[in-house]
Parts: sequence; C-alpha cells; structure tokens
Amino acid sequence: MARMKFLCDAERCIECNACVTACKNEHEVPWGINRRRVVTINDGKPGEKSISMACMHCTDAPCMAVCPVDCFYRTEDGVVLHSKDLCIGCGYCFYACPFGAPQYPQVGNFGSRGKMDKCTFCSGGPEADNSPAEFEKYGTNRLAEGKLPLCAEMCSTKSLLAGDGDIIAQIYEERVAKRGYGSGAWGWSTAYKTGQSAETAPGKSG
Amino acid sequence: MTLMTLRRHARLRLLQIAAAFALVVLAGLLLASAPAYAETGKPAAADDATLLKYLQAHPGDVSGRVSIPDAKSGLLIQPEGRNWRELRNGAVSILGYVLILGIIVVLAIFYLVRGRIRVESGFSGRRIVRFDSLERFTHWLTAGSFIVLGLSGLNMLYGRRLLLPIMSPDSFAAMTHYGKLAHNFLSFAFVLGLLLMIVLWVHRNFPDRADMAWLRAGGGMFSKGKHPPATKFNAGQKILFWLVVLCGILISISGYVLMFPFSVTNMPGMQTAQAVHAILALVLIAVIIAHIYNGTLGMEGAFDAMGTGEVDLNWAKEHHSLWVAETQSRTDAAPGAVPRAGAAE
Repeated sequence: MARMKFLCDAERCIECNACVTACKNEHEVPWGINRRRVVTINDGKPGEKSISMACMHCTDAPCMAVCPVDCFYRTEDGVVLHSKDLCIGCGYCFYACPFGAPQYPQVGNFGSRGKMDKCTFCSGGPEADNSPAEFEKYGTNRLAEGKLPLCAEMCSTKSLLAGDGDIIAQIYEERVAKRGYGSGAWGWSTAYKTGQSAETAPGKSG
Repeated sequence: MTLMTLRRHARLRLLQIAAAFALVVLAGLLLASAPAYAETGKPAAADDATLLKYLQAHPGDVSGRVSIPDAKSGLLIQPEGRNWRELRNGAVSILGYVLILGIIVVLAIFYLVRGRIRVESGFSGRRIVRFDSLERFTHWLTAGSFIVLGLSGLNMLYGRRLLLPIMSPDSFAAMTHYGKLAHNFLSFAFVLGLLLMIVLWVHRNFPDRADMAWLRAGGGMFSKGKHPPATKFNAGQKILFWLVVLCGILISISGYVLMFPFSVTNMPGMQTAQAVHAILALVLIAVIIAHIYNGTLGMEGAFDAMGTGEVDLNWAKEHHSLWVAETQSRTDAAPGAVPRAGAAE
C-alpha cells in the first residue's frame, strides 16, 4: 500500500485559497472550522512565501500519542483518522500537533469543545465508506472511490501535492532540479522524520 | 545505478535541498535578506534540527497571515508541541507513578512497622468538640470534590493505559467524557471549599514555637508514648494545610485556564497550564493519600474529628495538648459553655 502524504511547494503557492474553499465545500465543514488553511509568511516583504497547511498525517502522530481516549487510528494508506464517537473534545491533540491541524466546533464553554475535526485526507472515518453517517461526521471518502484529496487535485498551480509519498517527493525533486532552487517540503522533517516501520502498520495502533 | 540507489539518491538530494532552505530561512529571518541567498541555491549545509532549534527560540517567527477569521491559525509550525507531548507522556506520567505508588509503599511500611497509633491512655469516654458543623462541611465539600476531581484527572492521564484494555472503547470514552464534565463542574465546589478552608483555618496555621519541637520529635510518630505538644493543628497538619492551599490555588488557576482554552493565554501558556495542573495535582493526590491514611487507618480516634466533630478527651490531650488547655481555660472562664461530655449522659 502507498504511504499517503501531502507536500506543499511554497515556490508555486499563489495564496488563492482554492484548497481551503474546496475542502470546506467538499466535506460541508461547519462554520468556524477550517481543515486546511493558507499561511503567508513575510507578507509583503522579501522572501514572502505562502504555504497551504492541514493535517500532515504524521508518521509518529503526536495527536495519537496524547489522546486520553485513544480515538485515533491509522489506515493502511498511512492516513491518520479519528473517531468522533470516542472523542471527548479535551483539546490535547491541538496542544501536541505541530501544525495546528485539530479544530473544534466550540471555543470554550467549560472546556467542552465538541468533537474534534481535522483533515481526513479525504478518506472519511470509521463508519462504512461513503455512508450518510460517515459523510455527516467526516465528509466525503474520495480515497474509497479511488480519488485523491480534492484540495491537491484542484490546485491550479499544482503547488499542493497529495498522494504516495515516494511519488510526490520525486515530482518535487524533479521540479527543484529543473528550476535550480526549492524552499523545501514544508513540515516534512517534522511529520515524517521517524522510522519507516510504523508508517504502514495497518489497522488501529495502540 | 539500481532503482534503490536512484531512490536513495533522490531522497538524499531532497534532504539536502530541504536543509539548504532551512539555512536560507534562518539567514532570511535573521538578516532580512533572504532572496539573494534563495537565487544562488548554493547555501552551506544546515539540518532540520538547526531550523527547529531556531523555531523553538522564536516561536512567533513561523507565523504568518491567514485570510480566514481564525488569526491563531497563522501559526504555521509549533515545535513546542513535541516538548509538551514528551513531558506529558514521559516525565509527568512517570512522576505520578512514583509519587502515588511511592506514598502507598511508604505508608504500608509505616503501618507494618509502627502499626495503628492507639490512644495510649485509653478512651476516657468524655468528648470535646473539635470541628463545628461549618468546619466539617468545608472539609467534606473539599474532600468529596477532590476525590472525584482526582480520579477523573488520573483517568485522563492513565486511563488509556490502565482501564481501556479492560473496557470497550465506547464505554471508556463515555466514562472519560462524563469524568471530564464532573471534573469541570465539581471544580467550583473544590474552589469554594478551598476558600472556606482558608477563611476558617488560616489563623491557626501560622508556625509557632511548638511546631519546631513537634518536628524535632518527628511528631511522636516513630516512638510510642511520645507526644510533643501541639495547638489545634500540629506542625504536620500545618504543612498539610499550606500544601493544600498553595497547590489547590495553583491547580485551580491552571484548571480554569484549561477550561476556557486560549481565552487568557496562547499555545505555550496552555501547554504550561496543563503541565502545572497535572504535576501539582499528582503531588496533592500523593499528599492526600497520606492524609486519608492518617485520618482513618493510621490513628485510632482521629476520624471522629471530621466524623462526628467530637473527639475523645484523652486523644485530644495526647495529640493536641496545648489546644485542650486553651479550650478548657476558655470554658473555665465561661462556665455557661461547657463542652458536651459524653460520659455525663
């Protein structure tokens, strides 16, 4: 099985926010929640870069490690998913996540932040593939239909790449070789640095 | 070249480029002259660890502008999360095991060696009032809420490892969810109890001369027939009082910071609040386990103080001689207010 990863080529991102909009529309994400966001650093200054960021589906996922109820699991494709039925909305995954990926429907209200929501790599949740229950909680399951995440699929400059980690790394590498420079695969060292063995561990990891 | 070496070559190249960019960003942020370096494509070697180190020293520097309303999401990479994870899953978790199992082992050894501390002169049958109803209400309000808070808190830290394997994921998640709700709402009872406790008892908990003697004698804990004089609260109880008050206040403050996420602080603040909350709570749980032992199994006649509120006179004379003298001199002066004597009935 492929090990799915995201890669954002900051040299190509034009901050059009189409990935953000596509994600919200595809999954009917509620108000106040953005599974994906575009961050512009050094805005208006030399060295300005825009980077589209969401859950990176880390190899040694910090969210998974700190969750008090163990609601996270990893699919055969290396995608980090979670069960909203088990989530208690404690917010620990957000404290641990290096990328600010977990989102909550409520800001405060005595710490009951509601069920956490995050990028699913367009592959739903524990429910049956593309069932109404799965859609309601996690959005569409494009991977089950043989499609890749919509954010990357519709990226106009193909800055955002999603798919088999080896293939998108190769595409990126070819680009860098061709143009002679590259700003690095943002977040890759943080998300995927640890050993390969755990990457494709199927089913629920404890 | 084989496919393997090609792939390894590609990966190495990618790493080199990523590392090179790390240096460019470093230089850019430091000197604000990034483009000149970026075009050359030939910066000196730097690894991701260097970048991470830089980011940790200046967490604000990796944030940028976002066009969505949530301005906090402008923080691109937050490496402190790794430290928080390691602290919570590592040191804090181990500290809890050491403190709680440690205090239980110490108490068990003490019980085996010293046994239950008896009222040496036997029960007199005469009882004097030690804690009035408001004092007992305060104690049990704090104690009752603390037990639920402590257990639900321990469940957040250890439940996944200790309880989840013997429960279904659904029932464990439901239990943890209700535990969290109870934790949030009972915090108000705990804080009320804590404040009442301060009001009722703080004036009796300032150190005095008898405390030094009491501590030097080890509270009489290690030798029979030895009862260093003490006022209403002995030095050990005063230490307990100040531990409860100080830990309790800090746990409450950090707890409310956690309860209203990001309303008063930022990400490092939230992480610190969680760590402070967990560490001090574990310390207090260990202290309270010792306190529960003292008040029940450890000492004959002690539970009555918080049970009925009346203790045996001989128990009081042995453990709080100065307080008995003080109480009796007061009642002698005002004969109308004789303490209820059980034997007279």
